[in-house]
Amino acid sequence: MAERIGVYVCHCGSNIAGTVDVEEATRWAGENLPGVAIARDYKFLCSSLGQALIRDDIQEHGLTRVVVAACSPHLHEKTFRRACANAGLNSFLLQMANIREHVSWVTRSKEAATEKVKSLIAGAVARVQHHRPLEPTPVPVNPHTLVIGGGIAGIQAALELADAGYPVYLVEREPSIGGHMAQFDKTFPTLDCAACILTPKMSEVGQHEHIKLLTWSELEEVSGSIGNFKARIRRKARYVKEETCTGCGLCIEKCPRKVVDEVFEAGMGYRKAIYTPFPQAVPKIPVIDPKSCIWFERQRCRACEKLCPTNAIDFDQQDEILEVDVGNIILATGWDLFDCRRIPQYGYGRLANVFTSLEFERMCNASGPTGGRVVLRDGVTEPESVCIVHCVGSRDSHYNPYCSGICCMLSLKMGHLILEKTGAKVYACYIDMRPNKKDYEEFYQRLLEEGMLFVRGKVAEVTDVARTPPEEGKLIVQVEDTLLGKQRRIPVDMVVLMGAIEQRRDARETGLKVGISCSMAGWFIERHPKLDPIATMTEGIFIAGACQGPKDIPDAVAQGAAAAARVAGMISKGTVMIEPVVATIDEEKCSGCRICNNLCPFNAIDFLDDEKVSRVNAVLCKGCGTCVAACPAAAITGAHFSTEQVEAEIDGLLWDAGGDGEPAPTDQPELAPAATE
Amino acid sequence: MERERFEPRIIGFFCNWCSYRAADGAGTARVKYAPNVRVIRLMCSGRVDPSFVLKALASGADGVLIAGCHPGECHYIEQNYKTMRRYAMLTQTLRALGISERRVRLVWASAAEGTQLAAAVDEMVEDLRLLGPLHWSANLREEDHEAAFEHILHEHEQAMEVTR
Amino acid sequence: MADKGKLAIYWAASCGGCEISILAINEKILDVAAAFDIVFCPCIMDTKARDVEKMPDGTIDVCLFNGGIRTSEQEYMARLLRQKSKVLVAFGSCAQEGCIPGLANVTDRAEIFDAVYCTSASVDNPGRAVPQTETRVNGFLLSLPVFYDTVRTLGQTVPVDYYLPGCPPEAPRIWDAIVAILEGKLPAPGSVIGAQTTVCDECPRQRNEKKVKAFKRTWQIIPDEDTCLLEQGLLCCGPATRAGCDARCPRVNSPCIGCYGPNAGVQDQGARLMTALASVIDSQDPAEIDRIISEGIPDPVGTFYRFSLANSLLRRAAKVPDEQRHELPLPKAAGAQE
Repeated sequence: MAERIGVYVCHCGSNIAGTVDVEEATRWAGENLPGVAIARDYKFLCSSLGQALIRDDIQEHGLTRVVVAACSPHLHEKTFRRACANAGLNSFLLQMANIREHVSWVTRSKEAATEKVKSLIAGAVARVQHHRPLEPTPVPVNPHTLVIGGGIAGIQAALELADAGYPVYLVEREPSIGGHMAQFDKTFPTLDCAACILTPKMSEVGQHEHIKLLTWSELEEVSGSIGNFKARIRRKARYVKEETCTGCGLCIEKCPRKVVDEVFEAGMGYRKAIYTPFPQAVPKIPVIDPKSCIWFERQRCRACEKLCPTNAIDFDQQDEILEVDVGNIILATGWDLFDCRRIPQYGYGRLANVFTSLEFERMCNASGPTGGRVVLRDGVTEPESVCIVHCVGSRDSHYNPYCSGICCMLSLKMGHLILEKTGAKVYACYIDMRPNKKDYEEFYQRLLEEGMLFVRGKVAEVTDVARTPPEEGKLIVQVEDTLLGKQRRIPVDMVVLMGAIEQRRDARETGLKVGISCSMAGWFIERHPKLDPIATMTEGIFIAGACQGPKDIPDAVAQGAAAAARVAGMISKGTVMIEPVVATIDEEKCSGCRICNNLCPFNAIDFLDDEKVSRVNAVLCKGCGTCVAACPAAAITGAHFSTEQVEAEIDGLLWDAGGDGEPAPTDQPELAPAATE
Repeated sequence: MERERFEPRIIGFFCNWCSYRAADGAGTARVKYAPNVRVIRLMCSGRVDPSFVLKALASGADGVLIAGCHPGECHYIEQNYKTMRRYAMLTQTLRALGISERRVRLVWASAAEGTQLAAAVDEMVEDLRLLGPLHWSANLREEDHEAAFEHILHEHEQAMEVTR
Repeated sequence: MADKGKLAIYWAASCGGCEISILAINEKILDVAAAFDIVFCPCIMDTKARDVEKMPDGTIDVCLFNGGIRTSEQEYMARLLRQKSKVLVAFGSCAQEGCIPGLANVTDRAEIFDAVYCTSASVDNPGRAVPQTETRVNGFLLSLPVFYDTVRTLGQTVPVDYYLPGCPPEAPRIWDAIVAILEGKLPAPGSVIGAQTTVCDECPRQRNEKKVKAFKRTWQIIPDEDTCLLEQGLLCCGPATRAGCDARCPRVNSPCIGCYGPNAGVQDQGARLMTALASVIDSQDPAEIDRIISEGIPDPVGTFYRFSLANSLLRRAAKVPDEQRHELPLPKAAGAQE
């Protein structure tokens, strides 16, 4: 065995050493595994001293291969590759054995864990012998960035990048940017007006020279990879020429068709068939909703067209597909509100005066359907008492186990607004109060002082069935007050349900388009939950805002800015190194059977008609290895995941399993003397 | 008595994007499960060559666990469907060779499903305990091989004497 | 010629077709005779094992050994000829990979004896007499070689210098190999003397991207003569079978059955066939996939390992199939530790 292998086993403090006899595994590897020149254990290999240890050994002992048994390669493979490269060893001559996530953290018995560690090390040692030096491929980074979602997180990301001088495509599916924040009246805990702080940012986006704003548009498809994505964006027919429209609003005024606005007004108000969701919309250009427009319904009307002073209405517009080339993509697709009908005992949809938090937000908003007045569903009566129900669909194993994070503060804000606007009695039924950020606790104390009434208990039911005369005509909130230790029935005029913050209903499909996945709860999965919450497992795809998990405005803004900073860094560097894990076809062995041809979803395999062989286009190849596994002639090799590497790893992992069971032909004794006479 | 249990050796082929991360996630969450699976990381379950499975069984594994992204959620768009086809082809062949698909399993696990993956491992280990070791090398041993060969040598020695 | 080489030709578990294929080189056999003295070939001349036993080691220049190792006697001859030969060639599919006799590795000695000597339709054997290794007749001990459970290849039994694939090897390839031996232009020991690519390379049919909804057997369709047979649903082993036969079968509208073994660098031909055929199935539905396979490939082992079972990664079927395992007592740890 010509290779000189260094084996490094990490204690990771007690993370590994607590369950694994690291010294024993190291000793065993050094004494038993072929090719191992040095085997060492170390407290924290990822520390600079640990890396230096590996680097020095490579140089002093002429190591040609390195095995690091430590945490998951997803965490520190880059670190140790760099350590190898610093010592002049090609970084692909490293193999990691994942003995923390896959062994020490999941195994009870120390003995079993140590044995498993030995196997994983044996597998890595056997595999690394077959590693070949590889060079990452530099790829230029297209300076354009695609931001999906024009809520506050997407707006922030777009502005940060554009202000740095980098061009941005901002895609929003609704007619205007602004997202959920544009629906709110006040924001907690400072109570500043949402519109006052949001609209300047929105108009900045609308006017920015580096931002190409694509509203009423949706992402169709993404191909390519980091540095060079190609995105297809569906520009839904607006039936209004964006170049010509001045946003005067005359068409909206004159449109005879009024429909309930289920999106922006959360069903609380109306809009026209031609509309902008709200007065401060960016862009100001309206859209015609063909589902409600009289022309599309029965080929009559066209009032807007007749009255438009600039002839901007175009009923013949079709959806268009815009193809853009971008280097990176930021997803800031936001959230959807839990469908409160799913909890029938809370009465939403059945009992008129049960509202969702979004409905209530619209009601509070001065430009909303009630002009900011808090009233019952009849539109006139002010409530004398209101109960806010927390954790509707959150912290509930039937719906969402997680805490939606923002509802406690939302409830406090609403409590304040109700008290201010109506003087009604306000109850909040909560499981735990969690006002856990800067100035939040103070806001809670303020509401306590303002007289908001807090009942600690999960609401069992909201009903209109009275048991006593005072309950007549009221909504009764049935709740166990766990501080008093007794059941309470609270009669109120209005109930507001703090519905859970949920992932967008179509997030899974969106994720698939860009190659990222969702957690059990539905949120997009970040590269690392603590150290890299904005990157994803797919290089060049970032996530910001509530699509990564429930978030309030400051956190969404911070994440938007952070994602932009990551992208800006990449653009300013100009190139990105991509893994050279690609397939190659040995044309001598290829018989041109063409079985591999339709296996590649990236069309990376071409059949050369003249030579009668297939060839892999390395630029398009993403390295999945499916064609390698499929080639009947074994003519395709997968770099860094070659058949011999994997088979060597299998043998190494099964070092203790008895192997072939038969002596090799060469080991056989000579025939008896008589036979050789 | 606990130590007397049969501990099956299982080789795992896990997709880098989903199941390998799920196993990482199980680790981070400290979910305890049977230590019997030795995992090989591949970029995609589509890289699993039937010969890897055969090699593992021939080299002494009692079982093989292939884990990939859920159908429709492949990181490489649709390659796990190719895994599905290959797996069906392989298990039908293995059945004809007397090897049950209980030993060679294909499971889908997204990156979020660490707990489910750990449970699938536990379940497989328990099932293999019932099924018993595969121990392929024993299957190739000729019981009377040495004696038979001795016999031949002896016979030829005698034959030589007769010719003299 | 004073220093003619010494050639041995031997057969073990095989059909004799390999010897005939040597004659198929026609008049060139005279060149062979001019270059070599045939010192051992029980098939065509009266030579005995003891003649070989008497030779000093390495006497034989080239030994063409065909057939797999099914009995102790064959194993003995393999080891004897290895010891006496400078160059040992595994000649043909049986020696290289077990071939059709190796397909009996789906079963074992007891079942074979039962089928051949007891239950076969043409057998009348009410006493169930089967061959015994030793029998005493009139005070004399008569013996037969031991019949093994598992057919092994020559390479699994002794170190082999070269492999010549094919069932049987094609005459032109045999001649190529003889020329290489005569001229001393041999590849590295241990390698296969043959092509580096597969049958498709020699197949004149038009090939396109492949998608198959059902696999067909030869009696089910009359295939189009110009397009790839696999595309028409036929189980053609060509993509995973080493070239060298000039695509004999596909040229006459019959799918390749894989006799030339796996391509260079491949141990398990069946694995390559499985993955290739799985790749062309046009379905994403597990139930439909299962149905396409079970209906179209009723005998997967016989299809994928017709020639190469003995040399495959698993080499044989489990002696005790998993389905019968529940009858076994629960295993002990000791068994697993071995």
